[in-house]
Amino acid sequence: MEIAKITVIGGIGKDGQPEKVKRFDLKMGDIISIVGPTGCGKTTLINDIELFANNNTPSERRILINDEPIPDDFSFDPSKHPIALISQHTNFLSDLPVGEFLKIHAKIRGSDSAELMIEETLDFANQLTGEAIIRETAMTELSGGQTRSLLIADAVIIGNSPIILLDEIENAGIHRTKALKLLKKYEKIFVFVTHDPRIALLSDFRIIMKNGAMQKMITTNAEEKVAAIGLKKIDDVMLEFRKLIRAGEEITDSIFAEQIEDLAASYKIYLKRRKS
Amino acid sequence: MKLIIFAGPPTCGKTTVIRQVVRRIIKKNFKPAYLKIDVLYADEDEQLKREFNIPTKKIYSGELCPDHCNVVVLDEVVEWAEQKGADFLFVETAGLCLRCSPYIENSLGIVVLEATSGMNLPRKIGPMLTLADISVITKIDLVSQAEREVFRYRILEAAKEITVVESNALYGIGIDPIVRDILKSKDIEHPMFLKGNPPVGTCTICVGKKEIGAKNHFGVLRTMENDLFYVGE
Repeated sequence: MEIAKITVIGGIGKDGQPEKVKRFDLKMGDIISIVGPTGCGKTTLINDIELFANNNTPSERRILINDEPIPDDFSFDPSKHPIALISQHTNFLSDLPVGEFLKIHAKIRGSDSAELMIEETLDFANQLTGEAIIRETAMTELSGGQTRSLLIADAVIIGNSPIILLDEIENAGIHRTKALKLLKKYEKIFVFVTHDPRIALLSDFRIIMKNGAMQKMITTNAEEKVAAIGLKKIDDVMLEFRKLIRAGEEITDSIFAEQIEDLAASYKIYLKRRKS
Repeated sequence: MKLIIFAGPPTCGKTTVIRQVVRRIIKKNFKPAYLKIDVLYADEDEQLKREFNIPTKKIYSGELCPDHCNVVVLDEVVEWAEQKGADFLFVETAGLCLRCSPYIENSLGIVVLEATSGMNLPRKIGPMLTLADISVITKIDLVSQAEREVFRYRILEAAKEITVVESNALYGIGIDPIVRDILKSKDIEHPMFLKGNPPVGTCTICVGKKEIGAKNHFGVLRTMENDLFYVGE
């Protein structure tokens, strides 16, 4: 099935009241975020998408593909499943070496150029993680960040899933800026469940959740897009401090001042740009 | 009355799946009954009785193999459930044996497997999987997409005709398709027959001969190098 669009049709919140957001569409190439406090139902929403809910989950939401519901008895051929979900709990359990595991997955996905795909996947993953993943490492030996990076790379390249759901990946120690940049190159639907303002502002729109219900939908406007650039700068400063601390450096007055001045300088540029 | 047998390795989520199914069956105004067969300990019958106020029963197989126990008691349990006025009898087995299966001809057999048990499980468990009508995969939220795909693929490789249902039973996700198949299943046909062929012969180890080595046993045997052979009358 060629997927061009999926639609989420609102159901009810935890209090049984209809959701304020009645529906939204996701088209190929869209990046969206789901935000809200812990326990507000963000994960339930992406679970509904993942299972193509059809009024058969507690939320009573419905998911349409190309404007059609998925028939109840429809089951996807595992080699063609269109959705990959990477959650906070998702893990590799197999103790196969990374290379061998990727080969099995590529084979099931019907790839005839497994070797190339494995290389591309590892290359992708290694751009997201600090410590490079080696082919011979057992999957269960990978660190949290390496695991998350490989999960994403595998879903994008070998799985080639048109729809990728990422549940709070910012907590996993991966390089977010690079991740977003890399992901944008692929014409897919990315749905982020996130607490990270940068990911939220780099999305095309965001859904705000409250008490199990979709409360509001905000399209990222021009002003927010500029703010996102500023946030990136703040984030970079934080990363710089992290790098220094990791490397065993002391954060002296002059190092601190240097970073903050840097930040102030970019804020001035930002103000100037806004005026013009 | 319809008979539905659930099998699957210990702690795979059989009871959680059954609980969700029972809830939906009761909602449709049917009356379920429940039997738990286990070896040493079980309290699932008490849980379900408390929660749904339905007739439940527990049988400890003790010295017997639990699937063997299932074979010798099931006719009486069916009678018991019919007397209680049940429309459905759900049997939860201990799910230990990988050589035989507890399923009954013309009744629905459901195997419950957890996605977390590793990609090779479908290749390891034999008739418990291959003779089932539905395979329910639980705990799907805990494993990578890739392993889920491999798991599902390998189930279908072992049991080509099986219906695979992925579920997150804790949240009641993916249960409706199971209920649909249960409602569509056939009524019990008497006399009941075990599906598939049980394992070979009467086993001397089963009857208590504990000495190691083929020379101490009779019946169908093998040695390290030789395939099966028969010693005895």
